[in-house]
This record gives sequence, C-alpha cells and structure tokens, in this order.
Amino acid sequence: MLETRGLTADYGQFRALFGVDITVAAGECVAIIGANGAGKSTLMRSITGVIGNAPGMVLHRDEPIGALSSAEIMKRGIAMVPEGRRLFPSLTVEENLLVGGQARKVQGPWSLDAVHDLFPILGERRKSPGTALSGGQQQMVAIGRALMSNPELLLCDEISLGLAPVVIRDIYAALPRIRQGGAAIVLVEQDIGKALAVADRVYCMMEGRVTLAARAAEVTREDIHSAYFGVAA
Amino acid sequence: MYRLTTRTRAGTVTAIIVPLFLVAALALPAVASRGVIQDLFFILTMLTLAQIWNLLAGYGGLVSVGQQAFVGIGAYAMFAGVILLGWNPVLAIPLGALAALVLAVPTAFFAFRLQGAYFAIGTWVIAEVTRLLVAQWKALGGGTGTSLPREATSSILGTDAVRALFGVREAAARDIMAYWLALVLVVAVTGGIYWLLRSRLGLALAAVRDNVDAAQSVGVDTARLRWAVFLIAAAATGLTGALIFLQTARISPSAAFAVTDWTANVIFIVVIGGIGTIEGPILGVLVFFALRSALADYGSWYLMTLGLIAVVVMLFAPKGLWGLIASRKGLHLFPVRRRLTGPKIEGGI
Amino acid sequence: MIWLDTLVQGILLGGLYALFAAGLSLVFGIMRLVNLAHGDLIILAAYLVLMGVTLLGLSPWIAALIAMPVMFGLGWLLQAAVLNRVLGKDILPPLLVTFGLSVALQNGLLEAFSADSRRIPVGALEGASLDLGLVTVGIMPLMTFASAIVTIIALNALFYHTALGRAFRATSDDAVTAGLMGIEPKRIFAIATGIAMVVVTLAALYLGMRANFDPSIGPARLIYAFEAVIIGGLGSLWGTLAGGIIIGVAQTFGAALNPEWQILAGHIAFLAVMLLRPRGLFPRAVD
Repeated sequence: MLETRGLTADYGQFRALFGVDITVAAGECVAIIGANGAGKSTLMRSITGVIGNAPGMVLHRDEPIGALSSAEIMKRGIAMVPEGRRLFPSLTVEENLLVGGQARKVQGPWSLDAVHDLFPILGERRKSPGTALSGGQQQMVAIGRALMSNPELLLCDEISLGLAPVVIRDIYAALPRIRQGGAAIVLVEQDIGKALAVADRVYCMMEGRVTLAARAAEVTREDIHSAYFGVAA
Repeated sequence: MYRLTTRTRAGTVTAIIVPLFLVAALALPAVASRGVIQDLFFILTMLTLAQIWNLLAGYGGLVSVGQQAFVGIGAYAMFAGVILLGWNPVLAIPLGALAALVLAVPTAFFAFRLQGAYFAIGTWVIAEVTRLLVAQWKALGGGTGTSLPREATSSILGTDAVRALFGVREAAARDIMAYWLALVLVVAVTGGIYWLLRSRLGLALAAVRDNVDAAQSVGVDTARLRWAVFLIAAAATGLTGALIFLQTARISPSAAFAVTDWTANVIFIVVIGGIGTIEGPILGVLVFFALRSALADYGSWYLMTLGLIAVVVMLFAPKGLWGLIASRKGLHLFPVRRRLTGPKIEGGI
Repeated sequence: MIWLDTLVQGILLGGLYALFAAGLSLVFGIMRLVNLAHGDLIILAAYLVLMGVTLLGLSPWIAALIAMPVMFGLGWLLQAAVLNRVLGKDILPPLLVTFGLSVALQNGLLEAFSADSRRIPVGALEGASLDLGLVTVGIMPLMTFASAIVTIIALNALFYHTALGRAFRATSDDAVTAGLMGIEPKRIFAIATGIAMVVVTLAALYLGMRANFDPSIGPARLIYAFEAVIIGGLGSLWGTLAGGIIIGVAQTFGAALNPEWQILAGHIAFLAVMLLRPRGLFPRAVD
C-alpha cells in the first residue's frame, strides 16, 4: 500500500537519507528501529510531505505522492502521530481530536466516542487545554487525533519517548484495537523490545540507510545488534 | 597560513576608483549647470537616507517606517537654530543630529516594546505624534511652516567664496555649498557604515541577523546593539534632514515629516537596489532617479509604479537588482563578509 | 453635561476604530502578519461602496453587501498570490510588500477617484439622533457601535465554535502539524484575509457614511487600528474594542479642548497605555 523507492532527503547541505526502500502492506504493523539520528524521523517527515521529495520516491497505492503537500497526503489516509506529540495548545482536548478528523471525512470505526472508549481519560478531560494533560495523556490525544480521520495507515513517531513504563504499557495496549479497526501501523521506536512485540515486520536503520529488513518473529538478537550498531555482537 | 579577510579583487578596485570619483564630484560645479547640481544634491541626500535605512533594516533588522520623524525634527532643529538662536545655517546643521538623537531615545523606548512587525507601525505613530507636536510650534510657523530669513540664507558660510570661485549668483552658490555638504555627508555615512560593518559591531549584527538566540548565547548584547544602531541611524537621519531643508530654505510639518518622501521612497530605493548590501542603495537611487525623471509627468502613476516595482522585486528578487548582479558575477564592491583564505584544503571531513 | 456627551461620543467612535482593527487583529492572530496596506484597503472598500451607490443607484447597505464578497475575493487573491509567498520567519519581506502595496493602492485610488473628499450618501439617517434623556446620540454612531459588537461576537463564534475556527487556531499554533491534520495553512491564510476584508468593508461603510474620505487617509486608519489592537492586548477582540474606545474617548476629549488636539490626544493615550501596560490591557497568556 505504501512504498518508498530510493528515498533521499536533505537538510540543506546535509543528506539525512540515502536511498531508503520500505514497503507497508494493508493492515500490517511495521516497526522501524534505529539509534538516535539514524534517519527514522526524517523518513516519517518525508513520507508525510513535511519535507518535499521527488514525486516518485514515495508511492501510495502505486501512485506517486512524493510531491504532494502534507494535507493532501493526509487526505489520502496516511495519518501521523508526530514526534513530541505536537498538540495544539490553544485547542481543548476535544478540539484537538476534532481537528484531526475534520479535513478527511470517511466512514470508519473511529469517532469521538470510539476514541473516548479507547482512552477514557480523554472523555473526562475533554474541556481541558490539550497541553494541560500529563505526557502520557497528551500522547493519547495525539494518537486519538490521528485516528479521527479513520486512516488506512497510522504513522507513530516515537510514541513511547519520555514516558514512564506503566504509561507506555497503556499506550501499547491500545495498538491491537487500532489494528482491529483495519489501519496499518508504522511504529518508529528506539525501544526495540516494545516494537518487536507488536510488529509483523521490522526495518532497522543506521546513518540514513536501511540495514535490516526482516519478519519480526524470525529476527535474532544478533541480527538486530549488527544492524543497529553496525558491528557484530 | 590561513587568515580571515574581507578583501576581494573588486573591493580593491573600489578603493582606487572611489577617491578619483570623489575628486571629480568635488570639481563638478565648475562645469555643471545649477539644475544638474540640484539633481545631484537630491540623489546624494536620498542615497544617504537609503544607506541609513539599510543599516537599520537590512543589517539591524529594525524595519522602521517612521524615519520621517528624524528628518523632520532634524530640519526643524536647524530652522530653530537659525531663526530663534540666530546661528549660521551651516553651523546649525549639527543641531539636527542632536535633536534627532534626543527624539530617538523615547522613540526607541516605546517602539522596542513592540514585537517584530508591530515595531514598524510603532515608529510611524511616533513620527505622527512628532509632526502634530511640531505643528503646534507657533514660533516656527505652526501648521503652515516658515522660511529661512533672507539674511540667513545670504550669509551661509562659504557662499561668498563659492561665488568668487565659480562666478555664480548667490542662489546657485548656495546650491553648490549644499551639494558639497551632501557629498561629504554621503561619503561619511557610507564610509561610516562600511567601517561599522567591518568592526566588531558589524560582526555582532551579522550574528544577530542569522540567529538572535545563538548570538545572545555567545555573548552578544542584542538589546544594546539595537539601541546603538537605532540611535546612530537617527542622528545621521537628523543631520541629513537638516541639510535637505537648508537647501530648500522653506519648511512645513507636512513636508518635513512626509512619510512618502523620507520613508517610502527611501525604502523603495533600498528594496529595488538590494537590501543588506552597501552597493544596493547606490544602484537603487540611480534607478529611482531615472524612474522619477521618466514618470515625472504622470503624477501619482509614478508612485503607484514605484510601489508595485518594490512589491515585484520583493516577490521575485528579494535581494534586489544588486543581489541579481552579485549572485551572477560574484561581485562585491564593498566587501563586508569575512572569508577564510589560504591554501585549498584537500580531502573532506 | 457637555462632558458626558463627549464621553458617549468617544465611546461610540471607539466602535468605528474597533471595526478598523478587527481585521488587522484577525490576520495577525492567525499568521503573525502585519498588513501595512490595511488602512488603504479600508479606503478602497469605501470607494467600492460609493460606486455601488452612485453608479448603480443602490442603497449603501445593499452596496456594502455586494462589496463584501468582492473584497473577500480580493483579500483571498492578495493572500494566495502575493502574501503567502513572503510569509516566513523573516518579518522584513511581508512588511515591505504590504508597504509597497499601501503606496501603490493609495496612489492608484488617487488616480482613479481624484483627491476630492467624498461621502457615502445616507439620506435621512445622516442627521438622525436619539434622545436618551441625559445625552442625545446620533443614530449613525449608535449603529456603528452596535455593528462593532455584533462583528466581534460573530468573529468569536467563528473562532471558537466552528471547524474553520478550529483550523484557524490550529494553524496559528503550529502550521506544520496543522498540515498533518489535512489543513492547508496557505488556504486557511487566504480565507482569513478574505474574512478580514469583509470586516474591512463593514468598517468602510460606516467610515464613508459618517465622514468625508479621500485616498490619502488610509495610513491614519491603519494607525488607529493598530493602536486599538495594541492597547487591547494582542489576540483579544474585546480588548480591541476597549482599545478603540480609549482612542475614541481620548480623541473626543482632545477635540473638545482644542480641535487641533483631537488626533494628538488619541496617540498620547496610546503612548500612555504603552508606558503603563506594555503588553496591553488584556494580554493573552501565550503569544
């Protein structure tokens, strides 16, 4: 459903991605792991059009989308939970959720009620400013906000970053229900264990390149170690 | 082996040609007609104002649309020196700088409280307030204005010598004096800005322009820097205003505080020529004068065209005409950028 | 009683200034853009309404209703074709572009309509007044003030209770993330400027019906609008109304003392507020 072909990305003079090829099939859960600075977030920003690309480098349903704007890509059903959550401070929790669904109106399992059912705290705090919540609750808002558009692909950029283990557990507990809704998921993670536990397939990135592509069930510790650090264990 | 330099080949050529050019300009009144001298006076004073505004906005990031406050107060201070104190007009010109400096302190105090773009309108408000207050100054003609008294204009320092030297009438001699003063002023202001930009202050300005936070973190006192640039620009603008109205010998609040003449035109000169360079205003003032001459008979079409040209330049060539030339030819007549020179570094990092 | 009358006139005049300021405030709030041509756009709208009245024989109200979508389109186009291209971290390009537009517009109007003072004819309403016992107030100033209040209520409703308003606030907070939500920031900016121009048309209608106007008075309207916005505190429309009232009252009292002091008194009130409350009377917690 989603494919990148030789994707490159630059920040001015600095090249951050050197020909990245990944694919995501419908309904699949794919983990992208790698150390800080491996290019994971840049990959997400390229796919969602925050960074412009050559059109043919990103394909969605075999159509080139690399040159589309973020908004156009989102309307095709690719929703993003951005790194650092990025809630809108002047919107309430409920408005943050609503703003996620207002540009793309398609039938699907997700609505305000369904998100409140998934994360009950968001229903209780609906009138609070989004940024008045705890980090974990803000992460729930960010995930709920992306779900409100009933995406066919949900990109999650570092959803466990900076959160307490018990909070991470709650958030990961929601992922199976999101998959039941039919959305494919891409998890960008530094926490390898968490990612492998829920993913079907895994890509490992290092210095702007994919160094490993494997089925999550088949991958070994040694594979990961060498792909992650560039040296054998 | 490596050293930091601002020297370029074109810059060296400039250093040779400029003095020759100046000598020629000084001697010009011997052959040029009075009309030419008046045109040149206009060009030189507009260029001075443009260089100053460029220092403010292009290098200092202070987009003021209230510079007419300093032109006006400078001119009025000179008139006050002549009419109320009985000074010789030429000696009263420095009063213009002083008055502008005094006005700049409260102006900066208020305008610096306004964030970013609102700073621009803030300066405009101060200019309006100053104009309205000066219009209440009955001793200098109130709202209708006044002229320099006959005995003052006829006794301007140096006019007798000029009359004797070139054998011209008194009015023409006065224009020549004003022209020479404008020449001195434009050289002093341009040279002063050039020197400023190559000094530590210039380095700090460049740092602030690139990144305010980073500049502050390496110890640039941005607040003091903004004050310094604003006050210097105000004093120089006041001086120019005094000189401009010495030549016209007549003043009124609407003429001395005209936003179109002293700010809009000046901004257009800088934008069209190229903001953030010393060459830009020079090129800009020539284009401006050519347009003005060509469209002089078309009334307000002329200002409309000028405004639209400035818009188009900002949209399609934000570095102005000089930016287009400099990027194609790599030409820098007044180099202020520091470049590392020395043997080429082999290999990469 | 004369002072009470002056006070009431000043408050009502503040309504007009709030109308001038609402569009400026809206655009700044959403895209941090200060449009230096705002005052000249008010004058342009006034001439549009005037043309509807004199050329088409319409009533001023109908003429304004027709001018509103025209001005919306113009604002939309201005933003989409020009201003969106220069918006960015550097505040210099949008300032210089709108300043160039201001001068071009002012001189274009001068060429098209001459420097003669004009007024939008309103017939019987012009001199009509209402006796409130202690003071007598003109119908026209009263309508201006009421329109300012209705406009502010409508804009606040738009901002806080519609999907478009959500998109406005989200884009203002974080345009990149708004893009990830399927919102095109540039489209949002164009709509916002369009709406600002509708408010400008309303302001122009009252400006033209209450007093004479000519192409040169735009910049002064920009300055009044700006003062009202700053006094109120950025981002609060009710604050802007309060700012407009302060300027209006200062001006009428100044004029009562000496007609030459009217404008000056307004500016001095602004400077006084700046001195005492640099962030305005009702500053927002976050900028």
